[in-house]
Amino acid sequence: MIRFDNVTMVYDKKARPALDSVSIEIERGEFAFLVGPSGSGKSTFLRLVLREDRATAGAVFVAGQNVAKLSSWRVPRLRRGIGVVFQDFRLLPQKTVFANVAFAMQVIGKNRSVIRETVPEVLKTVGLEGMGHRMPHELSGGEQQRVAIARAVVNRPGILLADEPTGNLDPTTSQGIMQVLDKINQNGTTVVMATHDDDIVNSMRKRVIELGAGRVLRDEAKALYTSMMPAVRPPRLGEPAEDRHSVSSPAGAGEEEI
Amino acid sequence: MRLAFILGEIASGLRRNLSMVVSVILVTFVSLTFVGAAGILQLQINQMKGYWYDRVQVAIFLCGPGSSSAGCASGPVTPDQQKAIQALLDSPAVSQYISDYHYESQAEAYQHFKEQFANSPIVDSVTPDQLPSSFRINLKDPQKYQIISETFSSRPGVETVIDQRQLLEKLFSVMNGASVVAIVIAAVMIVCAILLIGTTIRLSAFSRRRETGIMRLVGASKLVIQLPFVLEGVIAAVIGAVLASATVWAVAKFFLGDVLAQQYPDTAFISPGQALMLSPLLVGLGVVLAGTSSMLTLRRYLKV
Repeated sequence: MIRFDNVTMVYDKKARPALDSVSIEIERGEFAFLVGPSGSGKSTFLRLVLREDRATAGAVFVAGQNVAKLSSWRVPRLRRGIGVVFQDFRLLPQKTVFANVAFAMQVIGKNRSVIRETVPEVLKTVGLEGMGHRMPHELSGGEQQRVAIARAVVNRPGILLADEPTGNLDPTTSQGIMQVLDKINQNGTTVVMATHDDDIVNSMRKRVIELGAGRVLRDEAKALYTSMMPAVRPPRLGEPAEDRHSVSSPAGAGEEEI
Repeated sequence: MRLAFILGEIASGLRRNLSMVVSVILVTFVSLTFVGAAGILQLQINQMKGYWYDRVQVAIFLCGPGSSSAGCASGPVTPDQQKAIQALLDSPAVSQYISDYHYESQAEAYQHFKEQFANSPIVDSVTPDQLPSSFRINLKDPQKYQIISETFSSRPGVETVIDQRQLLEKLFSVMNGASVVAIVIAAVMIVCAILLIGTTIRLSAFSRRRETGIMRLVGASKLVIQLPFVLEGVIAAVIGAVLASATVWAVAKFFLGDVLAQQYPDTAFISPGQALMLSPLLVGLGVVLAGTSSMLTLRRYLKV
């Protein structure tokens, strides 16, 4: 479904590449975590899949197409096959929950009756049944993220990219979000989730792709956040591996009241 | 569905940016009104050319009792001199340029004068004696005036040869000058309009960057994302153009039609209907201005 062939991405010729000859293949229907510290290349990975950027070298294939070779008017079609969820939800504050989800269908020209039918179904899938009339500011952070997920999957994309979707949520709420993503994955959608949240990665036991300084450090099936084989990784300065284990509460916990 | 969606986006964009939209309307209105004014002047010039060029004549004025020019040193024109001039007009050398001519006696000249200045007290102080008799000539080709002038101006009994067309040309050159001024002002205003439309679209795109960001991500086409912005500018410009057309029409109807036409009853002014023919041009110009300037702005400020 997603294949990277020796992909290198250079933003600034003087700095080290954001991605350095990365080769990864993610199969249809898979659930993969993308882990690694800030600057390790997770966001660049997602941007390349969405064709926000083109790789400096190598090829990115999404659903069998080399995205760099798509002409610009075909890019929207590529993006219709990919749903995206962000850490900061990105809902439209003046629109109701229903309208936020419906927006994703309106802009690609779905007709009204299809929208009226599909949106409540999707809201039910993400656990927001009957909340379509609420405004985003009336919802908790977890609920807002569910709306964002509903919007991302309402057009039934083959791929769902999630960029730190639990970054602003407390651990309990995060578990709820993960259940939603798992459910979507079980319906056949390929899910790629970039995250720092070790508890979640450890509890899910899915494939883990670890990036560091633009390289793939580890690619394990049914893995944990940290490798079981620490000897494989060279230790890095200023970032002892033990510290990252002890962080159990992600940033932004307790913001749910807002 | 998509159309309804785009229309909704346009309406919300216009509402959010109301003051900017109003300023775009006013600037396009003023700039296109100047374009329209230049258009009216040109139409009027054409109208007057069509009307007068058929009627204006070359006039050979003959010496009268009061004539003081060099050709009239020997006093008023004698019947012999007048016959000689008429013979020359009939001769093949000259008549090949002339479509027809007629003689206007002093009495006839006085009659015309009284008609032309019916409302003026000057009529009372003029007698037929003071007005010269003349030959009125219609040329086959008005450009050949020089030949007539050279042939007749030194003849005895001829006071002067006047090409009435040249008098009109002066008027037309004044009107042309005025329309050039109008075009220059219009050009400056159009530059203002283009910049203002660009700024408005930029603000609009900025205030809706969340929406457009999401539209991009869910795969909305470039057209669906950009069209509301372009149409926003175009709609504002079209409203401005319609106001400008209305102004141009009102000028033709009330100023030319009611005020000037009464003061100059013998001049053919353009009708309000003719002025209205300028309005497709104005609207088209408004659409092109707004369309191009908003597309150029979007290319820079709205990533798709």
